Amino acid sequence: MKRHLLSAADLSRADAELILSTAAELRELADRPIKKLPALRGRTVVNLFFEDSTRTRISFEAAAKRLSADVINFAAKGSSLSKGESLKDTALTLEAMGADAVVVRHGASGAPHRLAHSGWVRSSVVNGGDGTHEHPTQALLDAFTMSRHLGQGQARSLDGRRIVIVGDVLHSRVARSNALLLHTLGAEVTLVAPPTLLPVGVGTWPVEVSYDLDAALPKADAVMMLRVQRERMHGGFFPTAREYSRRYGLDGKRMATLQDHTIVMHPGPMVRGMEITADVADSDRSVIVEQVTNGVAVRMAVLYLLLGGSTPAVGGEE
Amino acid sequence: MSEYLIKNVAVLGGTPTDLLLRDGVIADPADAPADAEVIDASGLIALPGLVDLHTHLREPGREDAETVETGTRAAALGGFTAVHAMANTEPVADTAGVVEQVWRLGREAGYCDVYPVGAVTVGLDGERLAELGAMADSAARVRVFSDDGRCVSDAVLMRRALEYVKAFDGVVAQHAQEPRLTVDAQMNEGELSGRLGLAGWPAVAEEAIIARDVLLAQHVGSRLHVCHVSTSGSVELIRWAKGKGVDVTAEACPHHLLLTDELAATYDPIYKVNPPLRSAADVAALQEGLADGTIDIVATDHAPHPHEDKDCEWAAAAFGMLGLETALSIVQQTMVDPGRLDWAGVAERMSYAPARIGRVSDRHGRPVQVGEPANVVLYDPGARRTIEPSESASLSRNTPYRGMELPGRVVATFLRGKATVLDGKLA
Repeated sequence: MKRHLLSAADLSRADAELILSTAAELRELADRPIKKLPALRGRTVVNLFFEDSTRTRISFEAAAKRLSADVINFAAKGSSLSKGESLKDTALTLEAMGADAVVVRHGASGAPHRLAHSGWVRSSVVNGGDGTHEHPTQALLDAFTMSRHLGQGQARSLDGRRIVIVGDVLHSRVARSNALLLHTLGAEVTLVAPPTLLPVGVGTWPVEVSYDLDAALPKADAVMMLRVQRERMHGGFFPTAREYSRRYGLDGKRMATLQDHTIVMHPGPMVRGMEITADVADSDRSVIVEQVTNGVAVRMAVLYLLLGGSTPAVGGEE
Repeated sequence: MSEYLIKNVAVLGGTPTDLLLRDGVIADPADAPADAEVIDASGLIALPGLVDLHTHLREPGREDAETVETGTRAAALGGFTAVHAMANTEPVADTAGVVEQVWRLGREAGYCDVYPVGAVTVGLDGERLAELGAMADSAARVRVFSDDGRCVSDAVLMRRALEYVKAFDGVVAQHAQEPRLTVDAQMNEGELSGRLGLAGWPAVAEEAIIARDVLLAQHVGSRLHVCHVSTSGSVELIRWAKGKGVDVTAEACPHHLLLTDELAATYDPIYKVNPPLRSAADVAALQEGLADGTIDIVATDHAPHPHEDKDCEWAAAAFGMLGLETALSIVQQTMVDPGRLDWAGVAERMSYAPARIGRVSDRHGRPVQVGEPANVVLYDPGARRTIEPSESASLSRNTPYRGMELPGRVVATFLRGKATVLDGKLA
């Protein structure tokens, strides 16, 4: 039985399309004065956040509440990495509280996988972002946003659409999940980054790789800019923030080379002036704020499909 | 002391014969007294007592993970009669006092001889040499020096250590890991580490240090031992160095001969070890290197950890896995059964050569023949067993072979004629 959503690789094309079509129905709720459905009444969703992430946490919280689930927010500040309570003990506590689904955000890659497969909990586990591994619901909301703007035909398909993802791919869980999901959905993904910010083995991923942003932009249907943490500069990944911006930042001049229909995306939080300039972030092409709205709808769809039906339709094999 | 008459045993897998163990030595079976304890060893082979050059016994300091007593019990069950106890204890074995304590604990336990390894640098900090001469001159007679767990990464310090230990015929056993290339490293760097989002431990971080060290050893004319070689590139470098006449020896660990980095995809830190599990091509190169003698020995890197240090997320977990009780079975499975090595080759790589490198071959790593010390293992290569962690004599349970069926079983181990293991159980 499929119970967890740990990786975008867990989703077949049919799974992903079901989530996106369910999200499209739920998205209409956002425009109604009363935004609540009784679908998950009596179910408990725990947001287990070992890392600060207000955006993702409130997005999942809003999603669960709009489906009438009870929500427990568990901010486990000290992870076992910092000698606080261990992941296992936290999990056992949640299990004792009777959680039906646990949304886990953790700084260690694979922590949601451990939670799902170690026998500590029986609930469904949703990966809310783990280390430098994956962030599958972010990829789903990105795909949802793309399909609303770029989707073709009745199914709003992304087949053949060209998506350019730019920035710190090496440390980005968003890039990993997007590369997997967009490939599953038929889109053509190009990763653009300086060679120092690409993982070893990226050549085996189902994507194109380029070091040249200017060459990649004119063919793009969507451009997704990834956050670049200034700390990376100290790791010697690039010489200076200015040089990074010059080579890999999206500014007004580069934006002018895009096709008319091309959208600009960012998973947030943005570092304005680093990977994206303010005029681009605030331009008509930018769908960054809409991504947030869509995030709630997609997470509603994920929770609904994992918990709502008698046979959950998404997630990996147990 | 009992006298044992071992009947019909195939020494190194050869023609069955009888062995008499008397007064701590192997004696002529024709002299067996009537009351000697007879062991029917039909179907069993005899090997010289195994010698491990790389064991973590954790005492002093981490007696929750292992003690000298529990670790040497596990060693005896694995067929070992001597182990070299690594220096990364708390306090670090960087003084004559600590190495003598470990040595004395080994003598008191009595399950196998314990030879303490001395730290190269004070506190393993890689900044100044520990009192290597004091450890060499102590009752523990230290000859192997290692900062294992950490690399002696400073080139000048490594050079000085290599030179200094020549005065007492010591050897520096290097944990080859360039520290700057492996900050926060979690697993073998490759396609899989990129996919799993676990920080990579690149092969070059091991190979760069080995390349430097063999050149240093050549330059100063010293003896170098390379711990836990894990990559095909390292095997090539060592092969090259030996071809140039460099006095270098190297070890491979059982887990690197069998397991691959694919296991990291489980995110189960039972498979987290340093150096990490590598690719199938690396495993094949290690097997080949061990077969052709480029890799001199098998050493376990037995690294016990308490349950909580493995029952957690990958990045938070400790590096290391148990190895003493399964080493011989892994070597049988990966080397003997596929025809890469015969039992004489196993004796060379798990007893004679490690004893030579550790400079203990006056009492260990001796041939199984009349007049030699009675350090002998009886092994049943036809047995099959399923590894059950709770059956381990170690205090810890972090074996990566849980649930695996492995060939072979140690039936008996004799240390100077005294049975430490009989019928597969501690005597």
